[in-house]
Amino acid sequence: MNSMRPMNRKARRVEEAVVAATGDVQALQKRGGEGKVYYPMGCTLNFTPGWEVDVSGGTAGLCQPVERDLFDCYLGCGWPAQVPDHLNNAPNWTDKCASAANDWRNVDIVYP
Amino acid sequence: MSAATTSPVSEAPFRLREFHKFEAAGTRFLYAVPSGAIFALNAIGEDILECVQDRSPNGAELMEWLESRGHQRWEAETSLLELEQSEVIAHGDSFADAPQMPARSFPLQRIVLNLTNQCNLACGYCYEYSADKISKTDGKPKYMGMDVSQSAIDMLIKESAERPSIHVTFFGGETLMNFPLLSETVRYAKDKSAEAGKSVEFSLTTNATLLTERIADFLAEHRIGVTVSIDGDQELNDKMRVFHDGRGSYNIIVPKIKMLLERHRTNSIGARVTLSSGVSEVRRIYRHLTEEVGFRAVGFSPATANPDRLYHIGAQKMSSILGGFEELAWEYRDLAVAGRQHGFTNANDTLKELHSGISKAYPCGAGLGLLGVGTAGDISLCHRFVDSPVGKMGHVKNEGIDHSARNTFLETHHLGARYDCHTCWARPVCAGGCYHEAFVHYGETSAANLHYCDWIRGWNDLCLRIYGEISLANPSFLNRFNDN
Repeated sequence: MNSMRPMNRKARRVEEAVVAATGDVQALQKRGGEGKVYYPMGCTLNFTPGWEVDVSGGTAGLCQPVERDLFDCYLGCGWPAQVPDHLNNAPNWTDKCASAANDWRNVDIVYP
Repeated sequence: MSAATTSPVSEAPFRLREFHKFEAAGTRFLYAVPSGAIFALNAIGEDILECVQDRSPNGAELMEWLESRGHQRWEAETSLLELEQSEVIAHGDSFADAPQMPARSFPLQRIVLNLTNQCNLACGYCYEYSADKISKTDGKPKYMGMDVSQSAIDMLIKESAERPSIHVTFFGGETLMNFPLLSETVRYAKDKSAEAGKSVEFSLTTNATLLTERIADFLAEHRIGVTVSIDGDQELNDKMRVFHDGRGSYNIIVPKIKMLLERHRTNSIGARVTLSSGVSEVRRIYRHLTEEVGFRAVGFSPATANPDRLYHIGAQKMSSILGGFEELAWEYRDLAVAGRQHGFTNANDTLKELHSGISKAYPCGAGLGLLGVGTAGDISLCHRFVDSPVGKMGHVKNEGIDHSARNTFLETHHLGARYDCHTCWARPVCAGGCYHEAFVHYGETSAANLHYCDWIRGWNDLCLRIYGEISLANPSFLNRFNDN
């Protein structure tokens, strides 16, 4: 909890009840500023059209270029993705790729 | 992704609900009432409570105040929701649920067998034989017989329903004046509980005058917990704890107690001190009983007495007793922080209750999981009401437990019916106090013990502060209280 810390056994039970009633899934998301807008950070948790597939199950109707996934998975996502990880092993992977739509060929294979 | 369902932005003003605030080691805590939950406040929690207390703000005003204090909006919203759900603050109409009545078939856990109503001492404050006695032993046998104790054990096993373990406490008069029955009853209870697939534990209270090596070995063999009544060094003990001819008991009992402590190591042996107007030097008594006599656990209780009695402890003396308790309780804190156990059982017992977050609907188990049995087999509310017309609840051999009387008692003595207690923050641990104490003072078992209120709140506030300090400095110490 943000406002207080449980110190005895009863308080821990209260905390469990409060978290169950008010809590939210914490992984792969962060608060989106004003109001209660949540910005999901993980593509695997997002089921709205516009990400992996469109309403027909294909990729033709996506609302943003599929290349965006490259950077979302690489920069923002903590979920194990099929791209190198930006934080530890491949911090320079996209240095030569200022615009994914144009420069995607510069993104090379990474050998672990 | 469920978002918050209650909008904090509302016109209804926020208000504080019931809790007791305290501070320990520079950290602010709250003790929630009636849940008994103990929380340490974070900065935003403190700010919210301060604002609600001082300004009774509505949601928008509260959010504005919190943002002006540098808190993020989402953090403020989450915190408000938490505090509301934890019943620390409220807005709009919301009330605590009334305490629940227990199930009517509440299973029995413990009986107290008054093996005899005779005693070889004549302690001035004894509630069984002093001026305030309520028991009427005329026509009752002086000693309980095996037929009664066996029926009582049978009743306990039957009435304990699904409970896996039961407990038998031996009491008196002086318990050891009927040691032959005690030993037979222990064997009978062990056999019968084994047949029923239950475990059984025993304890007894004694004045120690009749202890022998044979008895000590028996108590050790059967792991019987022992409480010894003793009031301190010779000068203090012999003020009230005397034989019928007026001789003090100290010189007789201390060698026997040392022998018992030496031979019996399979269960706890505690000293029980009864404080009265002339016997109130808590620290001196504790030092003597632990360092000179060898007890590892010492508990204190003020004598139950009508205010007219000379040995009654007045308000001023009670305040000095709380001072003595406080000294020992801080010693307890020092040892606990170092990971060691202190022998002041009053502090230990209260800290254990605070640790679990107990929230009582009744002050004790009397009539609920515990019943007393007199020498003739009469069942009573507890050992203090044995053979009294008050609190009579059947007979072990005839009708068994009088469930109708028991239910009536539980309905009329429930915390919900004790209006005096409804605004007190200490009610989760106190719930009105001892029925016997209330009866002696006010002539009613259902009365709240208002003469102790300030004392109880002072003691619980002290124990909360000590709990807070231990929980910050050495939380692993508190794990010893996890066993129920």
